[in-house]
Amino acid sequence: MAQRQLMTGNEAMAEAAIRAGCRAYFGYPITPQNEILEYMASHLPQAGGAFVQAESEVAAINMCYGAAAAGVRTMTSSSSPGISLKLEGISYLAGADLPCVILNVARGGPGLGNIAPAQGDYFQATKGGGHGDYRLIVLAPSTVQEAAELATLAFDLSDEYRVPALLLADGMLGQMLEPVALPTPRDPGSLPPKPWALTGAAGRGPNYVASFALDPLDLRDLNLKRHARYREIEARELRWEEVSTSDADLLIVAYGTMGRIAKTVVRQARREGIRLGLFRPITVWPFPYAPLGELAERVKAVLTVELSAGQMWEDVRLAVEGRCPTPFYGEMGGVVPTPSDILREVKRCA
Amino acid sequence: MPETQTLTKVFARPRSLTDKRFTYCPGCHHGLITRILGSAIDKLGIQEKTVIVAPVGCAVFAYEWFRCDGVQAAHGRAAAVATGIKRARPDLTVVSYQGDGDLAAIGTAETIHAANRGEAITVIFVNNQIYGMTGGQMAPTTLDGQRATSCPEGRDPATMGHPLRVAELIATLAAPLYVTRQSLHDAKHIAQATQAVEKALRYQVEKRGYSLVEIVANCPTGWKMPPQKANEHIAGTVTKVFPLGDLVDRG
Amino acid sequence: MERAVVFAGFGGQGVLLAGKILARAAMDEGLEVTWLPSYGPEMRGGTANCTVVLSDEPIGSPIVESPDVVLAMNGPSLDRFESRVARGGTVIVNSSLISKRPARDDVRTVALPANDLARELGEPRVANMVALGAVVRALGVLPLAAATGAMEAELGAKARGRLFEVNRTALERGYAQTGAGLI
Repeated sequence: MAQRQLMTGNEAMAEAAIRAGCRAYFGYPITPQNEILEYMASHLPQAGGAFVQAESEVAAINMCYGAAAAGVRTMTSSSSPGISLKLEGISYLAGADLPCVILNVARGGPGLGNIAPAQGDYFQATKGGGHGDYRLIVLAPSTVQEAAELATLAFDLSDEYRVPALLLADGMLGQMLEPVALPTPRDPGSLPPKPWALTGAAGRGPNYVASFALDPLDLRDLNLKRHARYREIEARELRWEEVSTSDADLLIVAYGTMGRIAKTVVRQARREGIRLGLFRPITVWPFPYAPLGELAERVKAVLTVELSAGQMWEDVRLAVEGRCPTPFYGEMGGVVPTPSDILREVKRCA
Repeated sequence: MPETQTLTKVFARPRSLTDKRFTYCPGCHHGLITRILGSAIDKLGIQEKTVIVAPVGCAVFAYEWFRCDGVQAAHGRAAAVATGIKRARPDLTVVSYQGDGDLAAIGTAETIHAANRGEAITVIFVNNQIYGMTGGQMAPTTLDGQRATSCPEGRDPATMGHPLRVAELIATLAAPLYVTRQSLHDAKHIAQATQAVEKALRYQVEKRGYSLVEIVANCPTGWKMPPQKANEHIAGTVTKVFPLGDLVDRG
Repeated sequence: MERAVVFAGFGGQGVLLAGKILARAAMDEGLEVTWLPSYGPEMRGGTANCTVVLSDEPIGSPIVESPDVVLAMNGPSLDRFESRVARGGTVIVNSSLISKRPARDDVRTVALPANDLARELGEPRVANMVALGAVVRALGVLPLAAATGAMEAELGAKARGRLFEVNRTALERGYAQTGAGLI
């Protein structure tokens, strides 16, 4: 195992991106993700990459669009209100089949909200957000170690499927320190080639990158091809974690920061003789419907816990399909429930 | 005496343009500007290193008319997209081709900040004082009193502001290498505009700096004028509001 | 084994740094650890706090309802966190700035004159290191040397020479004082 370092989630995601071969980062200040921008400012140029503090979130995502079109691994980061501004560009990235990694260190909303951790951007991340029929690969880390690993995975998946990938973190994960064993640095030159990229039409015909097709039949065809890739991602890239599910008769479903807090709840519940398990989606798009549905056959209830009014809850209910009751417990506005708050809800289901 | 004369080809489509037909209206200057850009790319021999960034607007298909790599940007964001390409691959020659709604309304922030950073890109700014593609609405460059579908009584400066002078705005910044305003209303001006576009590209290749070539253009359809009359309107009226010439040349 | 500490005080008293050094010491000793700060405008004045969880297993919640040790560097911090200390846990009260004592009889209290001890060392800024020494003693899961090593690594080049010595002495004083300061 690589030597462990003490890093915040923000720093770990930034460093992992550089190690994954990211060589173009564009960002704009917003709390609680400023450390990513600052880390990139001081580290990316040393790695031979391009860093620009853009004039806006809108400009930053469009700079990513340019760098992605040029075939370079590129990333932007922001927090909830800034992600809203990026949605136009994200839709264009999706429509032009460009790989790009977007970090959302989410905060309380809507509007300016606050800077505390929240999960109110789940719909935005997993159900579209921007206009048109597109999907993002959405990965939800729960620890600093996992944030570094999923940042790496996000670049690989995004390149492989030519689908933008979003890391759905939150202010708590971004700001907290944990030991992390960083992935081995990769040379961008060793990454798979991108024959479609804009590198100059030398010795080949021109490459065009666009999200535009005026003829409805052409645009439908592009959409169908893209959705075939989405089906492939759903079939091959589901990721989730199960804790103490083998004998569980009650199940919590939680992701990201809530997912790790729920692990403490499972331990506490088990000490009190409650057979509680945890299902933690790591890919929230694609959502692991089938494995959750199978677990729902064996339990008395599936309790969804989120830092929102119930967004992932809709996917949980689609997975459970009425096999058992699906109660919900959530907090909003940056309030983070404690393990005993959650245990109290668990006991109401028992 | 030979029975056939040898003919010399003196005028041809630039090599860096594809055979695709332009989608522009008859008499529109966009086609001419595309040709001028194509011949400048030919002249500098940079077709294999050039990337065209197309806007949203009448030139939305611009990337398809060049035998160069091309990308279509979101409305107003061409300068940011060009920045991303240039920063990722500094050896490419990056040209953003934008209209007035794109560059001077929705994309004002991206325009000014790319210029202010001195991005080594070439911006071709087509100022025809109207939104052509969407059907003739008022643009930020529409003249005082000029009628458009969204100002049917004419642009009223009291509530709609005056035409935005982009070249003058950009010329206040320290970083740009070359800022100029050109026109295409007669042969002499076409020749001058051609030289300006060449110079802007050359500055990018040789001096790695930012250039903006604003081209005062017509829109016969949107203006509801025959092309000849539209050109006279440019000569007599439009160039009074948008004076021609170089504003900055630090090359 | 899982232990949690809350470091709390005014912004500028160095409580976040003290927590960070404890976290690094735990990592260096092969433990799992989380360091969760209050963040944002709070750190530019007003109160600051961080929670450090140390464990020999992967850590679930970095949020802790009942910390084993609370370090209160100022009065408002004592008011805020006293009720949350785990039964049988320890409250370290910076007695240089706080005259009152916890009302609870199910926790042990350490009265630590952190600022006075730092002044005695000729460097008022090391009150946080005095406090960290006390925390390490109260926790009882890390050797003091781990904290000293982590302090040196965290302060980096700044900690060479006299400044390192005074910080190390501060850690030792806090550590020793806590052994003697049980009420």
